[in-house]
Amino acid sequence: MFELLGITPQALFGQLLLGLINGSFYAMLSLGLAIIFGLLNIINFTHGAQYMLGAFVTWALLHYFGLSYWWALPLAPLIVGASGIVIEKLFISRLYHLDHLYGLLLTFGLALIIQGVLRNNFGISGLPYSIPPQLSGGQNLGFMFLPNYRAWIILVSVIVCFGTWFVIEKTRLGAYLRAATENPTLTGAFGLNVPLMITLTYGFGVALAALAGVLAAPIYSLNPNMGAELIIVVFAVVVIGGMGSILGAIVTGFGLGLVEGLTRVFYPEGSAVVIFVIMAIVLLIKPAGLFGRTA
Amino acid sequence: MNKTGFVLAALAASLMSTAVYADDINIKIGVLNDRSGLYADLSGEGSVIAARMAVEDFGAAEKGINVEIVSADHQNRPDVASTVARQWYDEEDVDVIVDVPTSSAALAVNELSAERGKVFLVSGAATSDLTGPACNATTIHWTYDTWALANGTGSAMVEQGGDTWFFLTADYAFGHALERDTSAVVEAAGGEVVGTVRHPFPGQDFSSFLLQAQASGASVIGLANAGGDTTNSIMQAAEFGITQAGQALAGLLVFITDVNALGLETAQGLVLTESFYWDLNEGTREWSERFAEELGTGNMPTMVQAGVYSSVLHYLKAVEETGSKDAEEVVAAMKEMPTDDPLFGPGEVRQDGRKIHDLYLFRVKTPEESEGPWDYYETLSTIPAAQAFRPMEDGNCPLVQ
Amino acid sequence: MAVDVQTTSNVAPVAQRGAKGMSTLHMAIFAALLVAGLIAPFFLYPVFLMKVLCFALFACAFNLLLGFGGLLSFGHAAYFGAASYVAAHAAKVWGLTPELAILAGTGAALILGVLIGSLAIRRQGIYFAMVTLAFAQMVFFFSLQAPFTGGEDGIQAVPRGHLFGLLNLRPDFTLYFVVLAITFGGILFIYRIIHSPFGQVLKAIRENEPRAISLGYRTNRYKLAVFVLSAGFAGLAGATKALVFQLASLTDVHWTMSGEVVLMTLIGGMGTVFGPIVGATVIVTMQNYLATWGAWVTIVQGTIFVIAVLLFREGIVGVISKWVKRPL
Repeated sequence: MFELLGITPQALFGQLLLGLINGSFYAMLSLGLAIIFGLLNIINFTHGAQYMLGAFVTWALLHYFGLSYWWALPLAPLIVGASGIVIEKLFISRLYHLDHLYGLLLTFGLALIIQGVLRNNFGISGLPYSIPPQLSGGQNLGFMFLPNYRAWIILVSVIVCFGTWFVIEKTRLGAYLRAATENPTLTGAFGLNVPLMITLTYGFGVALAALAGVLAAPIYSLNPNMGAELIIVVFAVVVIGGMGSILGAIVTGFGLGLVEGLTRVFYPEGSAVVIFVIMAIVLLIKPAGLFGRTA
Repeated sequence: MNKTGFVLAALAASLMSTAVYADDINIKIGVLNDRSGLYADLSGEGSVIAARMAVEDFGAAEKGINVEIVSADHQNRPDVASTVARQWYDEEDVDVIVDVPTSSAALAVNELSAERGKVFLVSGAATSDLTGPACNATTIHWTYDTWALANGTGSAMVEQGGDTWFFLTADYAFGHALERDTSAVVEAAGGEVVGTVRHPFPGQDFSSFLLQAQASGASVIGLANAGGDTTNSIMQAAEFGITQAGQALAGLLVFITDVNALGLETAQGLVLTESFYWDLNEGTREWSERFAEELGTGNMPTMVQAGVYSSVLHYLKAVEETGSKDAEEVVAAMKEMPTDDPLFGPGEVRQDGRKIHDLYLFRVKTPEESEGPWDYYETLSTIPAAQAFRPMEDGNCPLVQ
Repeated sequence: MAVDVQTTSNVAPVAQRGAKGMSTLHMAIFAALLVAGLIAPFFLYPVFLMKVLCFALFACAFNLLLGFGGLLSFGHAAYFGAASYVAAHAAKVWGLTPELAILAGTGAALILGVLIGSLAIRRQGIYFAMVTLAFAQMVFFFSLQAPFTGGEDGIQAVPRGHLFGLLNLRPDFTLYFVVLAITFGGILFIYRIIHSPFGQVLKAIRENEPRAISLGYRTNRYKLAVFVLSAGFAGLAGATKALVFQLASLTDVHWTMSGEVVLMTLIGGMGTVFGPIVGATVIVTMQNYLATWGAWVTIVQGTIFVIAVLLFREGIVGVISKWVKRPL
């Protein structure tokens, strides 16, 4: 078997698979951001905090109510999504007539509050959460040991991402949404309740972030800062993809996960910045992003 | 009473009290640590309680030493630590700062204490630079340091047959230093370092790096990182079946609070070095139970909190001995007198400011072995004080050259 | 693009007056601030005051870009932090005198401003904010890993040195007046920029970029210029702070620092001359008093952000300016 830069093709394949798992998180988070941006025209800085909330609610459901992971899987996104709806109604909806930058600042402030409150109550060392017994263990694929839970992450995120894409691009509901994105006034004139659509869309985008949080709870350190650093990477993912298309957000998310995975093998020191470097290059060559329409 | 009258009365009262207790010494202790972040459980409010217990157990009030304790949160940031310490020293007449976890924050306070001529008793911080190039005549490093932990865990693992090492290193100065120190120990003990991978700091996903460690075939994976990075690596190593497959994990900077956060299911089998464990002997148990009652969170004391107790106690002894609170005089007395308390046993403070005592190599119990909450460690061996810490001549401390 | 319609209408009269020089009102306020600055250290802790001054300059630099250039950067910590690292390194390792160390830091921030600015101005609005944030994150990772920055420890024990090789800056009191001079000089310089013909063109671009282009202005050049200037002043503030605290650390380059300067400008009043100074004073004072409260600082800052955005978009000085019906 030939070796490429000291790494066997099997090991490389294993690393690519791991990259895909990271990509799953990028894809789900950037998808949520893209959907919210599409309709509300705001960058949801609270997204990272809402991802973290998803993980915390998962923990809280088990800790206080004895509800297992399988209950958390639908409940946590619903609860966090509902809190998102409250946030949209109370705060964000007051800003639509203003410059979009205010939405960014508002959600940044909200993220600080959420993180601060949880830090006060739970500290930062992280809370324990185990992988559900049905998904523990793993498969020996010959070239690597793949924990069942990681396979589960890929499965869920692929289904959710492409399910979302299908609903938006191929169904009637999606057509309304796209219409409202293009021209809210006209869509409203046709009798559709645009404000309600906006609220629900924000709730759905937030729920996506929370779902990613549920998936992350058993494998990543569950602490109030878990979303703060991640969200900045996801911003870069969004800039690279451009926010023109849903599919763009998904593909860029998975793709950059793979690229990052490769960097970890060949140049681990650079793995933290590789996405930002790609962002700089994309900005130079195609300022609107890979899938973006020029603003 | 009008305002002037009140002020006059207060003045008179204070004059009277100074007249009555002319020999009283007023000491202000500042407990500066992390009260909201990663090390809040390790140090935090518990360290303040430990300091208060030391003052009470010493019977300071009866001995004419009035002690006031203030505390603040440095958020693990050197800039905040230095701002608070500056204000404490310049404006609030704090005589001694204790604890200060996070190496960067401790180095900043160390610098300031040297400049202002104040006592600094470090318990929470790890960096062995505090008794090395950055050593200072009025700083004492009490509980542990990176060199001692690397040395304890490194040599013990090699002794037990873990002679090939692969390092998972946090890619910044601290991680590099930890890797360098441990490599030296491993190689000196006859082991071999077969590889190393640098991961971004802070990291979330370590699976890729762990697989590289696994592929190296090394018998020990050394975690040259700290805090959340370490707990994440341990969790994910368990997930990928790395420990089950026979490789051992060596935590180079792991505390009992990390084990508590991870849970025994995940942390079992981990080997680590600490200088205190609440369940070591009768003395530690008695103290720890009192401590746990005061703290009231269900947590047992950590070695950092125990170190705060022990260092404040010894400081007060020296104040009593010298009858002064002059920093140089008191610290000289602290170095002169042998140390002894139920928590760390007999020991001494070296000229470079290093407090030395026995260290212990622990293995984390399996859930089956554990008999109750916080029953986490099995003692593998005791590293005698004389061998536990870096020899003074290797530290490059200007005080002893 | 217009950041805030209301603020904009407030600022317009300044422009007319500005062409003729500083208005009497502004001159009076500057004089009052200077007097306050001169007597303050006799009553308050000088190190605290110096922190306020450094952040006032930082916020004014940021406001130059946001309030007058209309560009929201979410990565200004990069220039502030990079300059503080370079100044600290220059003073400690190269042994430069403080004024040269500060110049070196400012120079580094200017260079960084050119590099990042030339890429960032390719996008606008929210994208611009995200791009600057992402680049600042790159600077953060660089600062974490580069050997000369000392990783998490930062560069500590930076000598304050002797100004021009003569004046010993080690006493806080002496250093205070140097910092006061730097801050005041910087802020007056920024004031001049705003009221220069260059500043007028900036406002034209902010209000309506296509129109400015059709008038023959190469708007990207102006945007880059204001970006670089803003980065340079942020660097001046960061380099000075490194000497005050004798420390350059990761806090200075972290994205929360970028958030803080936005908050200072917002609460003080963006697009106003004196707003950032007021905002910096308020936030630094608050941090000082809440320092022992840990995460509450974050919660309070977040709450102020939300309240400021929802109810108080003009900021403190903006509101006062409305009352007195004069641009401030």
